Amino acid sequence: MQVTLKILRFDPEKDKKAHFKSYEIEADPLDRILDALNTVKWYKDGTLTFRRSCAHGVCGSDAMRINGRNRLACKELVGDIGKKITIEPMLGFRILKDLVVDMEPFFEKYRSIKPYLINYEDPPATERFQSAEDREIFDETTKCILCGACSGSCPPFWSNSEFIGPAAIVNAHRFIFDSRDQGSDERIAVLSQSEGVFRCRTVYNCTDACPREIPVTKAIEQIKRVMLYNR
Amino acid sequence: MAIQTPERPKTALKEPTKRSRWTRTGARPRPTNAFELYSWYFFRVSGILLLVFALTHLVVMHLINNVEVINYDFVRQRWASPLWRTFDLLLLFLALTHGMNGVRTLIYDYVQSKGWRVFNISVLYIVGIFFLLIGAQVIITFNPNLPSLPAK
Repeated sequence: MQVTLKILRFDPEKDKKAHFKSYEIEADPLDRILDALNTVKWYKDGTLTFRRSCAHGVCGSDAMRINGRNRLACKELVGDIGKKITIEPMLGFRILKDLVVDMEPFFEKYRSIKPYLINYEDPPATERFQSAEDREIFDETTKCILCGACSGSCPPFWSNSEFIGPAAIVNAHRFIFDSRDQGSDERIAVLSQSEGVFRCRTVYNCTDACPREIPVTKAIEQIKRVMLYNR
Repeated sequence: MAIQTPERPKTALKEPTKRSRWTRTGARPRPTNAFELYSWYFFRVSGILLLVFALTHLVVMHLINNVEVINYDFVRQRWASPLWRTFDLLLLFLALTHGMNGVRTLIYDYVQSKGWRVFNISVLYIVGIFFLLIGAQVIITFNPNLPSLPAK
């Protein structure tokens, strides 16, 4: 099928402002958006820049805005999107070049919630045991691949660069609800700051955007409740 | 399904001017910000209460009675009962504080400069508390035993 790709281009060495450029390409309906982007890069315009690594929805490097919704380019099929495809970098991030955005502020916020196991007891001789039921509590939030699709779809995140964003909150949830972890108070102290979890307006864009189908908004609400009940 | 708005933030292409607060977050936990927590909780509770209060107000004042019937005498009779006075006082308080809380969150979302934030929040609280006070004064000090107005 004949497809029109309208891609937001920005070259920091030449352009003052990002602008759209259209490409007509031939694509199979079962091709992924990533294949369509590769077709443009390999056969039409080699200057097109985008991130991709594993190309199978695991590494989380090709999150972008496809027809107004944040998706992984490697998980969306051309046939499902349609003949006119608009591709932009994610909102709320600084554009470095074309579809490549500066993820550093995002990872800075991610690191602030201490995304690692905190346990002040001496390590046991074997593993730290956990029941299947306790593991189930935070199962959904272990699936995060840090692609940034949720934060980049979040209106408070667009308007307020200081907001910690849904991705960091999801990863805090993964440890706060882990029975082996003892760092909940530290993480909740971070999230309860003025630009923390209460800047969430329950828009649900993050839940729609997550390529791993994490119920992001639900996880955020669970953290708010824990803060309320633990007072 | 949530629809994203098409606007692109104007700041998207700019270099960040300062390092964000999240790098400064050290190992020492800061005190929990209880104000944000309780304002969030109050939002939920007042929202549910407002559903009851505002809908009752709508039904009583606009469906059972309508604006042509409502005059000084109607209000006088209504406020002769402490039940309706309490009802109106609670409706006034909940609607104003719930709305003020909403505007406050909007200011925090969209006004980033510290000075403008303080200015906007100050105006919001001054105007909000002023309306709360004059509204409460009317409801509390109204005297239902005054004679009705002479007919025109």
